[in-house]
Amino acid sequence: MSSIPHDHAAGHGEAHEEHAHHPGGIMRWITTTNHKDIGTLYLWFAFIMFLAGGTLALTIRSELFHPGLQLVDPEFFNSLTTLHGLIMIFGAIMPAAVGFANWQVPMMIGAPDMAFARLNNWSFWLLPFAATLLISSFFVPGGAAAGGWTLYAPLSVQAGMGMDMTIFAIHIMGASSIMGSINIITTILNLRAPGMTLMKMPLFVWTWLITAYLLIAVMPVLAGTVTMLLTDRHFGTSFFNAAGGGDPVMFQHIFWFFGHPEVYIMILPAFGIVSTILPTFSRKPLFGYASMVYATASIAILSFLVWAHHMFTVGMPAAGQLFFMYMTMLIAVPTGVKVFNWLATMWRGSMTFETPMLFAIGFIFLFTMGGFTGLVLAITPVDIQLQDTYYVVAHFHYVLVAGSLFAFFGGIYYWLPKWSGKMYDETLGKWHFWLSMIFFNVTFFPMHFLGLAGMPRRIADYPAQFTDWNEVATIGAFGFGLSQILFLFIVLKALRFGAPAPARPWDGADTLEWTLPSPVPYHTFETPPVVS
Amino acid sequence: MAAESLTGKGMALRASSRSRLGAALQWSIGPALAVAGTAAHAERQYNLQDPVTPIAKQILDLHTYILWICVVIFIGVFSVMFYSIFAHRKSKGHQAAQFHENTLVEVVWTIIPFLILLFMAFPATKTILAMKDASAPDMTVKVTGYQWKWSYDYLDHGFGFYSNLSTPYSQIHGDEPKGEHYLLEVDNPMVVPVGKKVRVLITANDVIHSWSVPAFGVKQDAIPGFVRDSWFRAEKPGIYRGQCSELCGKEHGFMPIVVEVKAADDYAKWLDEHKKAAAAAADDPNKVWDQRELMARGEKIFTANCAACHQANGKGVPGAFPALDGSQVVTGPKDGQIKTVLNGVVKNGQPTAMVPWRNTLSDIDIAAVITYTRNSWGNHTGETIQPSEVKVARQG
Repeated sequence: MSSIPHDHAAGHGEAHEEHAHHPGGIMRWITTTNHKDIGTLYLWFAFIMFLAGGTLALTIRSELFHPGLQLVDPEFFNSLTTLHGLIMIFGAIMPAAVGFANWQVPMMIGAPDMAFARLNNWSFWLLPFAATLLISSFFVPGGAAAGGWTLYAPLSVQAGMGMDMTIFAIHIMGASSIMGSINIITTILNLRAPGMTLMKMPLFVWTWLITAYLLIAVMPVLAGTVTMLLTDRHFGTSFFNAAGGGDPVMFQHIFWFFGHPEVYIMILPAFGIVSTILPTFSRKPLFGYASMVYATASIAILSFLVWAHHMFTVGMPAAGQLFFMYMTMLIAVPTGVKVFNWLATMWRGSMTFETPMLFAIGFIFLFTMGGFTGLVLAITPVDIQLQDTYYVVAHFHYVLVAGSLFAFFGGIYYWLPKWSGKMYDETLGKWHFWLSMIFFNVTFFPMHFLGLAGMPRRIADYPAQFTDWNEVATIGAFGFGLSQILFLFIVLKALRFGAPAPARPWDGADTLEWTLPSPVPYHTFETPPVVS
Repeated sequence: MAAESLTGKGMALRASSRSRLGAALQWSIGPALAVAGTAAHAERQYNLQDPVTPIAKQILDLHTYILWICVVIFIGVFSVMFYSIFAHRKSKGHQAAQFHENTLVEVVWTIIPFLILLFMAFPATKTILAMKDASAPDMTVKVTGYQWKWSYDYLDHGFGFYSNLSTPYSQIHGDEPKGEHYLLEVDNPMVVPVGKKVRVLITANDVIHSWSVPAFGVKQDAIPGFVRDSWFRAEKPGIYRGQCSELCGKEHGFMPIVVEVKAADDYAKWLDEHKKAAAAAADDPNKVWDQRELMARGEKIFTANCAACHQANGKGVPGAFPALDGSQVVTGPKDGQIKTVLNGVVKNGQPTAMVPWRNTLSDIDIAAVITYTRNSWGNHTGETIQPSEVKVARQG
């Protein structure tokens, strides 16, 4: 990606800023079709869900502080873990990624807005309803779904109406994701500025293009399987009931055919953000741009061929175990290429370590550790020992929290000056990074030991020899949770009192959005910039 | 977690981590640690449980091998990164180079990881194939998961039993101190002989459970409506503990798995007791039996327990074991025979070969075998002895 001349674009939107006609107050947000407004909505929604899911997590960690049942009964505990997972995945990480896409994809490709502006509005406004359905299920008879976020049949067939509400919430969120993805693909393929060929697109745009394809491929699969669950529950079908000719394991096959690509849906946009931040603060172009694109595409394709590695203990033929082990191990190759490319981008650069860069480096460090534990788990015999233990919990929090979430924090710090026109407090930002980094590891590193020693996940009470690492993890979790309040404070402080941001606060930044003034005008690139 | 105590290495780790965490933790949760810190800290460990089967040993070695490869790569990769962070920073006046491609390097760092993966896949494949070889088992036990307990059926011996958590609720709710095997203890453990290849057929009654014993390297989901199998060959007697490893509802954390591995003769003894107890438990004590049923059953009991001495034809071995055919005891009043079978025969204060059967045979078995002897060979009393009569005699 070469640097882009862009004198033309700067200042262009400003004239229009004054003429932006839109309602004020709450109606602005309800009726908005502006990608920037919708991006903001997505990000705030994701943050609120993040706090909600975090509250559930802290309740879980409080119960697990000591062996014995102290705070919650086991059924409610199961609801907590289930809803924590669903809220964090469908409410926090995915909407946050779509928020970044809304803000950044049009600006990075020189488009005036998303291709389907009204669809965009609807995609977002479905989410609060889905979230309400999900969270209010705590208050219905029988409580919220308690079968784990994976909703395995037949356990989920047993549950009360909270499960039906969860199923409908998943349908709605799935529809939102599919519409959002159609919008993103159409935008990227049709609205690029003249000269912005596919292989000149910023890597973030590439990762989102591939993510959107993954979403369209697998969200209907999830919708299908939860619908089968629904008909098994209420309409006498036996998809997952052996007595009626069905198979409970089929649920898992269909679920993970969605579930594994879902993992990459959550991490690929994070790859894109990190690939944007690193060159900026290394003052050096991204190393191996083409191989990054190919690696991302390879990961996406392989992600459809590894689903049964979540199911090594269901009992499958040796040939099945071998195939899925080899395929899973193979993913390490393109993932390794990405890590090496990031290192090569930093190598012999001229680095500075503002908060976005810290989060990007923290991402590489911790995501790689999550990658290593992923490799350990890919080895079928070892996985059989570790399946459904805290080792798995540690593994996926390393790739989802220290992976996706850290990248998103980095992205917020990186683009906030552009979006809001205000600088955040750099000192506090660094505090946020270091507190998150330390407490994350205090929380999740001990879980590797717990898992190796054999502590199963999703239990409300545990044998006493697991006590001390659980205590450490709980302390870490509260530290990590409180650190995110600091993040909220930093963002609010920046919005209210932040110093005015220059158009290009990062001297190494060279994508199109930095050619626009800060704060970015309401309408941008109404005349496309020319990219040479 | 296995019954075996900690290794010296574990102890050392425990001590060092205690001091490392100590300072920080004592301030924040000192009191909490003091409360929980008695039994709780006795068995902490950092790695997979000590293996007691060849498969678990292979898995442990495989994990160690993979982990070391990862550690080496980790050190390599992050040495480069941290060197770069240290050396290539603007504050040191480092000027950014502008290279952004190098085909050779990119090909190399695609191929080398691939080769490393081959070295990981090879031993892993061998272990998978070994784990899958459930052929030629010495015995088979069927394991069924229920919400929320396990049952074990000894298919070769026709008996089975449930295995429930035996930790009292008062411990779970903190009304009394937690025991040594808190949440890892059951009323009836599965029992297997040491050194034998035990095939487990695993299924479930309601939802999916998972039967897991880490020390054996076994974890197999129990799927309702389907039977899966796994196997293990425990090499060391002892008690090994695991937990249900697939979320199965409310009491998922409260259905542990306990397997007791016994030496061959202890196992035989255990098996014998359970076979008898199960046979007794299978029958309704108040049922009135007809003679035909009792004769059929009595013949089996006689063959299994009595014929060695009294002989199948009831003639006994003259001079050593009395004949039952025509015996005064057998053809006389039935109460006398019942007492003899229950209590055995004592001569001059010494037990004889006619041992008491009251603890090894059930009321029904005794009633059956007596009915059989009173109506076989030349004995034609025509009497039928009901289990209730044995029960009365047993108490009297």
